[in-house]
Amino acid sequence: MSPETTVRTETAERVLEAARTAAGSSADVDVTVEHEHLALTRFANSYIHQNVASDTDTVTLRIHADGRTAVNATTVTDDAGLAALVERTVAAVRRSPADPGWAGLSGRAALPAAAADPDLATGCAGPEARAEQVKAFVDAVGKLTAAGFYRNRLVVTAYANSEGQAVHGTVAEATIDGIAKTATSDGAARQASRLMSDLDGAALGARAAAKALASQDPVELEPGEYEVVLEPTAVSDLLWVMSDYGFNGKALTEGTSFVKLGEQQFDPAVSLIDDPLSGPAAGPLFDPEGTPRDRLDLVRDGVTRAVAHDRRSAREAGAVSTGHADANSAAHGAIPFNVRLEPTVGLAPTEVEGPAADSSVQALVARVRRGLLVTDHWYTRCLDPRRLVMTGLTRNGVWLIENGEITRPVKNLRFTQSYPEALAPGRVLGIGTHAPAFASRYGPVSAMAPALRLAGWNFTGGASG
Amino acid sequence: MSTSYLDAADQAVEHALALGARYADARVMHRRTESMSARNGAVEALDQGETVGIGVRALVGSSWGFFATPHLDASSVRAAGRQAVEIAKASSRVPGPASMIPAEPEVGSWASRCEVDPLAVPVSDKGDLLTAATAEMREQGADIATGVYQIWDTRKWFVSSEGHRIDQHIRECGGGISATAVGERETQVRSYPSRRGQYGTRGWELVTELDLASHAARVADEAQALLRAPQCPSGQTTLILGGEQLALQIHESVGHAIELDRILGWEAAYAGTSWLDLAELGTLRYGSELMNIVIDATHPGALGSFGYDDEGTRAGRRDAVRNGIWTGVLAGRESAAVAGLDYAGSVRSTDWSRLPIVRMTNVGLEPGPHTLEEIIAATDDGVFMDLNRSWSIDDKRLNFQFGCELGYEVKNGKLGRMVKNPTYTGIGPTFWQSMDMLSNEIVAWGTPNCGKGQPGQVGHTGHPAAPARFRNVRVGVRG
Repeated sequence: MSPETTVRTETAERVLEAARTAAGSSADVDVTVEHEHLALTRFANSYIHQNVASDTDTVTLRIHADGRTAVNATTVTDDAGLAALVERTVAAVRRSPADPGWAGLSGRAALPAAAADPDLATGCAGPEARAEQVKAFVDAVGKLTAAGFYRNRLVVTAYANSEGQAVHGTVAEATIDGIAKTATSDGAARQASRLMSDLDGAALGARAAAKALASQDPVELEPGEYEVVLEPTAVSDLLWVMSDYGFNGKALTEGTSFVKLGEQQFDPAVSLIDDPLSGPAAGPLFDPEGTPRDRLDLVRDGVTRAVAHDRRSAREAGAVSTGHADANSAAHGAIPFNVRLEPTVGLAPTEVEGPAADSSVQALVARVRRGLLVTDHWYTRCLDPRRLVMTGLTRNGVWLIENGEITRPVKNLRFTQSYPEALAPGRVLGIGTHAPAFASRYGPVSAMAPALRLAGWNFTGGASG
Repeated sequence: MSTSYLDAADQAVEHALALGARYADARVMHRRTESMSARNGAVEALDQGETVGIGVRALVGSSWGFFATPHLDASSVRAAGRQAVEIAKASSRVPGPASMIPAEPEVGSWASRCEVDPLAVPVSDKGDLLTAATAEMREQGADIATGVYQIWDTRKWFVSSEGHRIDQHIRECGGGISATAVGERETQVRSYPSRRGQYGTRGWELVTELDLASHAARVADEAQALLRAPQCPSGQTTLILGGEQLALQIHESVGHAIELDRILGWEAAYAGTSWLDLAELGTLRYGSELMNIVIDATHPGALGSFGYDDEGTRAGRRDAVRNGIWTGVLAGRESAAVAGLDYAGSVRSTDWSRLPIVRMTNVGLEPGPHTLEEIIAATDDGVFMDLNRSWSIDDKRLNFQFGCELGYEVKNGKLGRMVKNPTYTGIGPTFWQSMDMLSNEIVAWGTPNCGKGQPGQVGHTGHPAAPARFRNVRVGVRG
């Protein structure tokens, strides 16, 4: 156990004891102590314009006593601050309304074995290392304009509860995400990893620049249904959206999810897994309720198998927690946050000339008679959760494909499309052989996404009018 | 306590200057939060929090650095000043222009008006409010009945190397309820006062005035009625928008578009840029003559109000659009310097651990000459929509598509049938130029969930808005 972990574990145990003493031995109590080092270097107009780092310690105490529950968090972690935390939480639980949905605490359970130790050099990388990668991206973009960010995180978490569960974990990750711009176009490239040595600012900058150059002076295209090749960057949006609205145990119980367990809802080529053991790290191998998180098969060969649960939604569904509690899951339901769409088995991808992200994408493009190659989705929002109809726009490069060739850049389009219906049996015409890893811009969530060739995607308007 | 916080900020700034910063500022923030959500007559989450920390900004040469820590002892705040300088020096590896417009050092205090301290209201009373309202909706046929309130009590102490010395106390709160009806193949939601609720820089009196329970039965009934309602018709028509939806329309297609950091390209890779070009400031026709949009951080009780922004600029009021012509932007001292403008005042941070960035304050419409009743009466054929349900807009803030909770056909000057899944889509300036009637029934809607910045920040913004009419709008887009 590292010194960083030892300190947090001891704090968790100390707060747990103090809370049990104050609330009574019959109370259910759990404590999470989290230290986050977050550092992010942001660039725009080809220079570093924002460069930040923060160290945050947060202690979260939850007490359930006499049928009532209260949760309190603080960043004031000296003795006085922690004593005040206990006092406030005990006072709150005594005055709280009844909580009939309380599902108890997790019992003692071992964590799955991590694939590798966290790389502390990645988590603790300093501003010089980030600037180096940013410079490589900017240099590779050359005369075009570069913008984006490089981020590294180290998160040390310790959890303890009054049922005897005590676990800890450390997560380290880095991500680079950038665009190249011309007067009329943007091109994007991004990647996340547990190892900063995996990230290559120069290669990503070159890819973004190639895309931007290839999408200059785009033409308007009539809206309508088109066959599409969605690049991994766009597919990550599909995975996160389906996780949020669909593979959410609470949404399923309440009847707002598209999910039908045991049914062939997707093409047989589709297998979707929530896997905290591989890909970029999003969080530790346990959730804020102390429940271990392991691989969860959401869809296997097109058949929907599982949804995510925290303890509360699991109790309601007559299921068991899958270890997907988060700060908001009591109200919004648990969601998978390390999703991976299984790629087709094949050769490792290589860089290619032109706008396709790599040879894996190019191979899908080659099979399209007439369709669109889409780099990114943007601002996708739900119109109908039951069918999971989303509206959003393309971004960072769209091209017309004719007879297997990328023929011309197209202006951004708005789409209105049911995501599960786009992936339904018979609608998935190809899946790429490479699933690069991405970190969500909206929180500690990751995805591994190969490119997808889909029979149809409903474009409902041009972004320019 | 406040003196010690100002002292901590002073030490951080002095240390940054000693290590080579030509400008530095530090902001200590102490925030207490409380939120509760209830579902189907029972509380499902009560969360309280306290967070304290300091964020230090340093300008070294023409490069910025920022570091934040929750530890406020002398050695920690000095270390934060040092880290900010070191980060700024690393920024110079990929250098660019950075400066600030001059400012008079402000010294002062400000507190938002608050009649009833929301954190002093017993949790049991607040819980009773939500459980009663959600139980009522459930009894009235809602399949899912939810209610929520949120409270933020924020104190800030700001010090700069130019002599700023400011403390503020801002109390914000609000809440709302929603009823979901689950049908055979669809769900419909009705909310009060909106899907997000209503929020402001006010005390608990805001929530009391909402009188959530008295609207519970109605919204549950309307959610069920929506299941039975016909689809919103598709095509080009006259659109009348209610005030809440228009508030979000302002937020998305005006507020974000006039953020100077976006116009300068600073958000290009993430939140996006803007269709606006500074060369056209003062001449560009943004909308019809009825369109008068004001940036006003002094609007009493609105969610985007404050005394000073997080660069120490005193709150003020400025035109963004006057008689349809684009006249102003949301700026900070840094972005204004790059753009050659001479005003700031719209920079805020969500937390002590985040860099202050350009943010909407209160961006809203001035009232028009009509009432909603008059607008409907003057419309032969069209659709009325209100209460935002979905929102999506492109990265230049031009092409938007919004969905509302409910709509009504308008026929011969009267509201007709309720219609479900109403959506409308358009291009910002074309849409605003088609506004031909505007009501005087202004409400300052609060948006407590505006996402921007990296690392991510959630901003609180206000949007005074009133019902309005727009011509030749495409409605009823379906997937």
